[in-house]
Amino acid sequence: MSAPDDTAWEIVIGLEVHCQLATAEKLFCGCPNRFGQPPNRDTCPICLGLPGVLPVLNRQAVDFALAVGAALGCTAHPRSVFARKHYFYPDLPKGYQITQYDRPLLTGGAVPVEAEDGAVRAVPLTRIHLEEDAGKSTHDAADATLVDLNRAGVPLIEIVGEPALRSAEEAGDYLRALHAIVRYLGVSDGNMEEGSFRCDANVSVRRRGQTSLGTRTEIKNLNTFKGVQRALAYEAARHVDLLEAGQAVVQETRLWDDAAGRTRGMRGKEEAHDYRYFPEPDLPPVELSEVELRAAAEGLPELPAARRARFVEALELSPYDAGVLTAERALADYFEAALAAHPGNAKGVCNWITSELLARVPATEIATGPVAPGDLGRLVALIDDDTISGRIAKQVFDHMLAGEGTPDAIIEARGLRQVTDTAAIEAACRTIIAEHPDQLAQFREGKTRVKGFFVGQVMKATRGKANPQQVNALLDRLLAEDATDP
Amino acid sequence: MSSPLCAAREALERGERSSVELTRACLARIEATDARLSAWLHVDADGALAQAAAVDARRARGERLGPLAGVPVGLKDIFLTRDLPTTCGSRILEGYRPPYDATVVARLRAAGAVILGKQNMDAFAMGSSNENSAFGAAHNPWDLERTPGGSSGGSAAAVAAGHCFGALGTDTGGSIRQPASFCGVVGLKPTYGRVSRFGVIAFASSLDQPGPIARTVRDAAALFEACAGPDPHDATSAEVPLPVGLEAMPRDADLAGVRLGVPAEYFGEGLAPGVAAATQAALDQLRALGAELVDVHLPHARYGVAAYYLVATAEASSNLARFDGVRYGLRRAGADLAAMYGATRDAGFGLEVKRRIMLGTYALSAGYYDAYYRKASQARTLVRRDFDAALDTVDAIVTPVSPTTAFRLGERVDDPLSMYLADVFTIGCNLAGLPGLSVPCGFDEARLPVGLQLIGRAFDEATLLRIAASYEDATGWCGQRPALGEEAP
Repeated sequence: MSAPDDTAWEIVIGLEVHCQLATAEKLFCGCPNRFGQPPNRDTCPICLGLPGVLPVLNRQAVDFALAVGAALGCTAHPRSVFARKHYFYPDLPKGYQITQYDRPLLTGGAVPVEAEDGAVRAVPLTRIHLEEDAGKSTHDAADATLVDLNRAGVPLIEIVGEPALRSAEEAGDYLRALHAIVRYLGVSDGNMEEGSFRCDANVSVRRRGQTSLGTRTEIKNLNTFKGVQRALAYEAARHVDLLEAGQAVVQETRLWDDAAGRTRGMRGKEEAHDYRYFPEPDLPPVELSEVELRAAAEGLPELPAARRARFVEALELSPYDAGVLTAERALADYFEAALAAHPGNAKGVCNWITSELLARVPATEIATGPVAPGDLGRLVALIDDDTISGRIAKQVFDHMLAGEGTPDAIIEARGLRQVTDTAAIEAACRTIIAEHPDQLAQFREGKTRVKGFFVGQVMKATRGKANPQQVNALLDRLLAEDATDP
Repeated sequence: MSSPLCAAREALERGERSSVELTRACLARIEATDARLSAWLHVDADGALAQAAAVDARRARGERLGPLAGVPVGLKDIFLTRDLPTTCGSRILEGYRPPYDATVVARLRAAGAVILGKQNMDAFAMGSSNENSAFGAAHNPWDLERTPGGSSGGSAAAVAAGHCFGALGTDTGGSIRQPASFCGVVGLKPTYGRVSRFGVIAFASSLDQPGPIARTVRDAAALFEACAGPDPHDATSAEVPLPVGLEAMPRDADLAGVRLGVPAEYFGEGLAPGVAAATQAALDQLRALGAELVDVHLPHARYGVAAYYLVATAEASSNLARFDGVRYGLRRAGADLAAMYGATRDAGFGLEVKRRIMLGTYALSAGYYDAYYRKASQARTLVRRDFDAALDTVDAIVTPVSPTTAFRLGERVDDPLSMYLADVFTIGCNLAGLPGLSVPCGFDEARLPVGLQLIGRAFDEATLLRIAASYEDATGWCGQRPALGEEAP
């Protein structure tokens, strides 16, 4: 299979993202909205779809959706309508999903997508609507289907993008931007593995310059950012191959097989579904007050793009570092809290977070981890004022990770303060030189590399606490003295 | 005449009767006559006696009791009752015992009512004759060969036969009022949103409304007051305060100053002579009581039946999707999932339910939605505007309830269209969301009861009840009982 020829073909991608909202309760009943419970524990007559039950809208879900709308510049409609979408499946207890159809909560808006070169493009959205999630079916080895309805009734927003993405990479950037925004807003945990952030993609290709869209396929089962990019690249290339061979693309739904690295048509002939949408008679239209609309706009936190720009401009971080720090709101918050304890060295604090802390603590747990941000800032400050060396700092950091307290307390308790007393260091150097006449002789014979040996011995003797610059300077002087003064 | 429910309540309060006595009398009456009536699908004799004994004990201890304390009542089998069978008249729910009480059931229990059991009905409330009950039709106590009406036919028959002091039914297109008129009792369909639908098995969600069936207007008012009012579990229930003390309406009040609208559209062709005569006599009586009768027009009434049978079936096709054999109720094995669904629903649903699911599915299908469901919704708006305009000038509208009195069982089973058309006078209320009341207004030449319908402004059930009570006091039709051979308790 050939890679799509960039000069001849244009890829057109539109993504539909389903994002679970992290409300305390489900969308239409009071069951807790949480992941990881034993099957069917978080259910009640309402989300089980028992006879006689009625839905009551959870306004927190509306507020969360409005926050996303405000962040993406969508138009919030003062009156939107729930609708029923019908199909039969065991994990859909009522035989219909309550969703929004021709009167969604939000329309328009755009996702600001930053490419690697730093250029920002606004990728337009069609709409965002509220709906309930279905349960989960698991097909076991014994050919049985097990149904878990804990997820049934969990609030979702479906974010429908225009077919405006032009490459698999751009689609990946778009998803990451959207993901960062919903996490920043605190409206979703965005956990792709647990299914709280899911994506379907529509792909087509057309000859460059052509204005009408080619025949599209829909790809499902996209569970990772990387998978999305690989699947889209694969699918676009498949379309190009077909078209260049004079064949037609069949409009169909295809599943991404991540292990095999390819898409395949859903087995059997897909039924043409008629969902028979009609307005949900059990729920009055969603009416938004001026107050709610204003609150959504005013309650917005600083969003990732703005924060990234501020980190670059005001703190002089590299775009790369700023991007890493702002990918997760918790991480950026941590960085700013650490920086508050040591405002003078943004780059140093950033490096400690990205290279040391993130190597040991996952970004998602950083806020609740063993190292408080103020303590990390303090640690960098202690390096910068020569209280400890960078090497000692790593030891201190290990103790901090082990929960032994603040860096000051650890340095005090373990006697790790750097020795900067010139007389003490000089005495240590002289002792080492006196104890190693053979090495001294080698040095005198011109093997200046042996100086490293003396530095090591001095540091060892002082248990690493001697200031390395001072040790180097003193040894330079003392070794030279010895050469002229037998 | 006195109102049996109100009288029983007073006798209980004065200690003249115990709830156990009343409950035993009701159970005995059921025992004696229900083999002929089939008004009940499940009688919970032990449970009812236990509830009655508990109320008596509380009364003996001098505890504060609810407004219906110790009064035996029945429930259409559409209301979910915790741990009591709830079938909705269908095989698909045979043996189903719900894990919770409907809001109205919980309110009746809180009011101290003794729940005798569950009453026969057309499956999923779809029908006007009770013949769509999967468990056999109920019979009319005035003539056992005839239908008690539907879909709340079992409830109306049970109340008329003195099995209970009142019952709760539901009304989607006339299912409380038509059986009430066929059985010579009072039925109230409240304003849409007045009584909670939570725990009531849905037929057509935008039309369904629970309401009371009782022997007199005051009894109906007492039941209505006990179960109406906003419910946080029903997003369509209205936050409108409920008037209290409705059943304490003054006796023999006149109707001076009351304006009643008479729509010509409801008095035309197809009205049986006996119904026309009784209704005309009722209009004369209302005028004699001081009411002013004025002509009103409901020009879109003729689109009502068509609009109703599109909206109701569309919603029903959706509401009944959950009966799929997966989680509860009947399940028939199939080679695969689709076959299981098909076999279960084929075996569980009766002919009329299947017919309506198919009609509704068609009305919502891609390519037909605009021509059917959307058109019907537009027609519904026109019907509602007609009523609103008429009720701007009058306090209530007076019409017949049904074009005929109770017809013979089996007479119309092969002609669903004629059965649908017989709903012509009752469905307007449901389409418009307005309250409607059926009060007995005499008998036809075969001595079958005739009902008079009053339609009122939204949330103004009080005016309907007041007019009906005045009429009832003046005529005494409610005092007439079917001759089933035994004395009512």
